[in-house]
Amino acid sequence: MTIDWNFLWPLGAAMVIVLGFVPVAGLYMTFIERKLAAYVQDRVGPNRVGPLGLFQSIADGIKIFLKEQVIPSHVHKSVYLFAPTIGLMCAMLSIAVVPYGPANAEPGPGFRAIIAPGVDIGILFLLAISSLSAYGIILGGWASNNKYSLFGATRACAQFISYEIPIGLSLLGIIAMTGSLNIEKLVAAQGDGIVNWNFWWQPLAALIFFVAALAESNRLPFDLSECEQELVGGFHTEYSGIKFVLFALAEYTHLVTVSFLTVLLFFGGWHFPGLTGPVDATVAGFLIRWVVLAVKVSLVVAFIMQLRWTLPRFRYDQLMGLAWKGLIPLGILNLLGLVIVLTFDASRWWMTILSVAILVLSGMANVTMAQKRIQRKAASRMAMETQYS
Amino acid sequence: MTTENKKKTVRFAEPPKIGLSEALYLPAIAAGIATTVRHMFHKNQTRQYPEVEPDIPKNYRGVHRLNRDDQGRVKCVACFMCQTACPANCIEIEATGTDKNDPTWADRDKFPKTFVIDELRCIYCGMCEEACPVDAIELTSIYDLTGMTRQEMIFDKEKLLSVFDETVQSGKDPVRTVRGQLGPASERLSS
Repeated sequence: MTIDWNFLWPLGAAMVIVLGFVPVAGLYMTFIERKLAAYVQDRVGPNRVGPLGLFQSIADGIKIFLKEQVIPSHVHKSVYLFAPTIGLMCAMLSIAVVPYGPANAEPGPGFRAIIAPGVDIGILFLLAISSLSAYGIILGGWASNNKYSLFGATRACAQFISYEIPIGLSLLGIIAMTGSLNIEKLVAAQGDGIVNWNFWWQPLAALIFFVAALAESNRLPFDLSECEQELVGGFHTEYSGIKFVLFALAEYTHLVTVSFLTVLLFFGGWHFPGLTGPVDATVAGFLIRWVVLAVKVSLVVAFIMQLRWTLPRFRYDQLMGLAWKGLIPLGILNLLGLVIVLTFDASRWWMTILSVAILVLSGMANVTMAQKRIQRKAASRMAMETQYS
Repeated sequence: MTTENKKKTVRFAEPPKIGLSEALYLPAIAAGIATTVRHMFHKNQTRQYPEVEPDIPKNYRGVHRLNRDDQGRVKCVACFMCQTACPANCIEIEATGTDKNDPTWADRDKFPKTFVIDELRCIYCGMCEEACPVDAIELTSIYDLTGMTRQEMIFDKEKLLSVFDETVQSGKDPVRTVRGQLGPASERLSS
């Protein structure tokens, strides 16, 4: 059997870029996150190691690798060691179908900024694999043989199951309209001007997707599985050194994936007004598109980090309530609106109107419910007062 | 307590009214993000500590010093008041009489032969400087006291006097000396 190098080298290059980029990005994202946290809290943040503290991440990396490998005596050793690798593996696998740079929808020879180009079940694969990463957390929590770890793991499990549904519901709209699960095709359909970005006709779906994906990536305000106040450290209580970092890296990889997906699916990917024509026609055009994508993704990452320092953590019942009483009904209503639009073959801009209407109506329903709750409380108060007198 | 009184003391808090913007959550989140973003451009409150030292108030209770009088002698008259007052028992004084033939010591009866303070045992309460009738022992505003061994942290008379020299040079005199009003016994001593 001969090896077709013309086919293999682009694949190898794409893999090397991702495998090299992800750990470095993870290390530097911890740095950026710390800096951002410091600025939000009127502090300076890490500024001792190197200029502006830029070598802090390198120092952290060296420290992590040189740390003593502690394996507590009460853990299930093989599963305990295996769990972090599962988490990181799933996070890395899901990046395989995400184009991290401009990529043509049609497969062809030459370098392309995606490990697995032209996967026709792209999104399905991504959702399936990224929800597998719950295994890493659950196994880690279970193998730790620690009540708090197990609590964190069960929470993560429930959270993953709950937020899978709104993610699926929110993506159905653009999939049905584009007629493909291939991420490159979904992005290609958003070309030709800013109005073609999916966000404009699917704002509600974008909101649902963003919130649910944030919950899937276990980031604050949804990080109930590792909430320090109640659960010591959550599922990674017993982990330290490089094993802990694998969990953290998996979380940051998820964060990157979520940011990429938000940009690719709803905000036009590498498309920008003024950039027309095929993506790899010229090297300059290719690079400019890459910069456009990188800037958009960085903005989303910064927004997610900003959210972390803005919103308090959800209570557990609020977390479940948001998924089952908020996002899933909204997603179903959104889907219903889409079905109506598709059935009558109407313009997709009806979806914008419908989305806003659904959001406002659900808000009004929420107000009515809240007022009823207040009335009930007032009634019980009256009963209490009559009891006193 | 009568029911009438009870009715007056029990007060029910009204929950805030919920409008459309509260029920949608999004305006509140936007307002929160506006707050955090605004803070990103605030001046930071961090003091770069080892480079920029804090301005310690004069009445701070830090490392002790043994004051010298105007002739450079140790001011302490070895009365044992501080040792008695010390709640942590960290002061140990050994007194000795002065040589009456020595003209430099003619006006003094006693002075400490040794004066040892265990800085690790001290709780920095300031009782010693309150007890001292001649304002000989004082707590300075030196706060960054460190040492590699326990032995290093046991300060003898020379060390305590050197703390005095150091603080006088750097202009960091504690509050008692700064206000220029010494205890009655101290004034008699220096006159």
